[in-house]
Amino acid sequence: MTTMSSAEPTRRDFLYIATGAVAAVGAAAAAWPLINQMNPDASTVAAGAPVEVDLAPIAEGQVIKVFWRSKPIFIMHRTKKEIEEARRVDPATLPDPQPDQARVKEGYDQWLVLIGICTHLGCIPLAHQGEYDGFFCPCHGSQYDTSGRIRRGPAPTNLAIPPYQFVSDTKIRIGAA
Amino acid sequence: MKPKSRPLALTLLAFSLLLPAAHAGAAEAEQPPRQKWSFSGPFGLFDRAQLQRGLKVYREVCQTCHGLTRVAFRNLAEPGGPGFTTAQAAAIAAEYRIKDGPNDQGEMFERPGRLADYFPAPFPNAQAARVANNGVAPPDLSVIAKARTYERGFPWFLFDIVTQYQEQGPDYIVALLTGYEEPPAGFQLPPGTQYNKYFPGHAIAMPPPLSDGRVEYTDGTPQTVEQYAKDVTAFLVWAAEPHMEARKRIGFQVMVFLIVFAGLLYFVKKKVWSGVPEHA
Amino acid sequence: MSAHSTYQPRSPFMKWLEARLPIAGLIHSSFVAYPTPRNLNYWWTFGGILSFMLAVQIVTGIVLVMHYTPHADLAFSSVEQIMRDVNYGWLLRYLHSNGASMFFIAVYVHIFRGLYYGSYKAPREVLWILGVIIYLLMMATGFLGYTLPWGQMSFWGATVITNFFSAIPGVGESIVTWLWGGYAVGNPTLQRFFSLHYLLPFVIAGVVVLHIWALHVVGQNNPTGVEPKSSQDTVPFTPYATAKDAFMLVVFCIVYAWFVFYVPNYLGHADNYIEANPGVTPSHIVPEWYYLPFYAILRAIPNKLLGVIALFASILILAFLPWLDTSRVRSAAYRPLYRQFFWVFVAVCLGLGWLGSKPAEGGYVIAARILTAWYFIHFLIIMPLLGLIEKPKPLPNSISEAVLGKSGGAHPSFAAATAASEKRS
Repeated sequence: MTTMSSAEPTRRDFLYIATGAVAAVGAAAAAWPLINQMNPDASTVAAGAPVEVDLAPIAEGQVIKVFWRSKPIFIMHRTKKEIEEARRVDPATLPDPQPDQARVKEGYDQWLVLIGICTHLGCIPLAHQGEYDGFFCPCHGSQYDTSGRIRRGPAPTNLAIPPYQFVSDTKIRIGAA
Repeated sequence: MKPKSRPLALTLLAFSLLLPAAHAGAAEAEQPPRQKWSFSGPFGLFDRAQLQRGLKVYREVCQTCHGLTRVAFRNLAEPGGPGFTTAQAAAIAAEYRIKDGPNDQGEMFERPGRLADYFPAPFPNAQAARVANNGVAPPDLSVIAKARTYERGFPWFLFDIVTQYQEQGPDYIVALLTGYEEPPAGFQLPPGTQYNKYFPGHAIAMPPPLSDGRVEYTDGTPQTVEQYAKDVTAFLVWAAEPHMEARKRIGFQVMVFLIVFAGLLYFVKKKVWSGVPEHA
Repeated sequence: MSAHSTYQPRSPFMKWLEARLPIAGLIHSSFVAYPTPRNLNYWWTFGGILSFMLAVQIVTGIVLVMHYTPHADLAFSSVEQIMRDVNYGWLLRYLHSNGASMFFIAVYVHIFRGLYYGSYKAPREVLWILGVIIYLLMMATGFLGYTLPWGQMSFWGATVITNFFSAIPGVGESIVTWLWGGYAVGNPTLQRFFSLHYLLPFVIAGVVVLHIWALHVVGQNNPTGVEPKSSQDTVPFTPYATAKDAFMLVVFCIVYAWFVFYVPNYLGHADNYIEANPGVTPSHIVPEWYYLPFYAILRAIPNKLLGVIALFASILILAFLPWLDTSRVRSAAYRPLYRQFFWVFVAVCLGLGWLGSKPAEGGYVIAARILTAWYFIHFLIIMPLLGLIEKPKPLPNSISEAVLGKSGGAHPSFAAATAASEKRS
């Protein structure tokens, strides 16, 4: 069906092209709900609202795990020694250079808040383990220091810091920067 | 098709005699009066102020007995709804006590509501609802506007497709809320029930919930039973179908698209077939 | 799917592929070069519409399953969550629930078209029977799907329909318990219905392939009922049938969209927005509209077992139609008496549908009995007798002649057009 006798080939072609274009637009528009339905639904988004955590019960040297947006959040009350360890190292020598000061809120050096997900392939690292006294991922052996920075192993970047802020000296709100 | 044929004509005649005769067997129920709704028709939208008044009626009158458990406080601030700001919705949420837990001590506790929470149920379970209400559990109102209707009858139910009349549920609810009256002479009202003109069987367990002036309106809207009934019903329609406005908006876009597309295809078809005569 | 492949691969890759898997040739012979009678009217576009609706139902269904929870405690809530929280969830659910109705509207048009034009007659018996099987599978799928929202009508509809099997003497009760997986409809019932509702559409798709295969072996019937005799009687499927099908499909989608966007709950039932309650039966149980004629037949018969038998017989009798119809002529266009009885039959089916929605009392029952009797008389007495007593109108010698006759005999233009269509194919 390639040849067809017609007095006005351009008008015919335009009609076919226009119809094809409208069909393509329709198909794309119809595909969008089918794709977008897989995104988080409204209740999931609402449940991802910021959470508040009371820091008062966390003893020095202790790490607790809370959940925000279904992700484990480590809150580490660091000891003097741990802070010192983290600051002694020259950031330039690290795989993902970042000073410890950039990973905590000013004036709250003892509080390290991390998303507890290994940046390699998503396992949860174990606290107070590994050669750097920070975190050790049992899946593939990534080692993080007391600032949550990657020191050795396959993980490419430091443990991520969630958006959070101090609403008082003993309370943080995770999810709101 | 060819002109009218005899068996066909006879059948139609038989039908016209048979069906009304069959129909006469059923008792005619009182039909709820038709209301004017801002949200009816292909372009109908909710009246934000009416939804806000309706929420007020729900909270001050209905919610002691009826849940609204599928509606979240965040919904109050979503587009196409009552039009509260997020802060207003959060403030409404905070007025409710929500059961949460267990906490680190393993205990359930109550805290102020948040946007992500749902309207709490008035009773812990159906049995508690029944025992507190004379043996009849008050239904949850989340989808009540879609869960109630009345029989339209032939041929009206066919016209409703074209006229898009689908507010049978809300019309019934308004009628029910305003339909309390004295039982007619000789009507045996079971104990613990009231006579309602529009309730199927007429004996309803719910006492008349509304009375003039019971809920205070600050915008000058008349504080009458009639107005309260309409407002709370409009609110319940939104609660049952929170995406109605989006549905009608997208529907119009889809309709325009399909009509244009069908028009183009008609000419394509004509063009393709232009060389073939009389193809029926 | 038959052997008239004229496909010539051009590119080296297509030549390579065609030598190993001649799929392009198969598609070409089935959907491009396939000769289709030139006189098909718009009633013949519903096969394509049905394929489209099957695809829509499968796609929206798969997507809904991503959010639905088949559990008696959670099903109703998960459907409400789809309606409220899932992105475009309301659209997907309304597309699926109204899609079922549109699917049935299309299948009824398709079936009645077949009845009118005698598409069930030799050599299309197997094609027709495969169609009846698809229809039965559709009914089963629709019923199972209606259970899933777990509203009051879901629950009580499932209870009533599964109780059909309790009419079987002796083993009925055991069969029903087996179907339920319990002593009443409950969570095990919902879970198996969900599993089967997911399975059956793919079975339908399989039988549709057989249906189309059989169609391509025997060829399409046409409004004259006279088989195409020469290439003048046919046009290639593409672009002729495809253009016509596409136009009608979009027109059909306008109706579909009207229901989805403007009256999405019209075809449903208000009681199904009340969560299933095993302790309260709705005052008036009605199935979805597409089962209403059969529901009327069921209730017209006062005996439980006979009622169930009549219900199934009313569907299965369609499979025997090729042999019940004794006429030599296919199309009602040349059968003056059958044409009238056909419309009577249409009216009877509509009447039964209306009665199925009414309570089974008083005059409704009497009317339903009369129409049920007529339903079976139509197949068992009228169809066999008509072929013997009816004097059909003279048939045209060919489709082209019928087309020509209608146009009033414009020989030259017809010859030219035929020549043109020859060139095209």
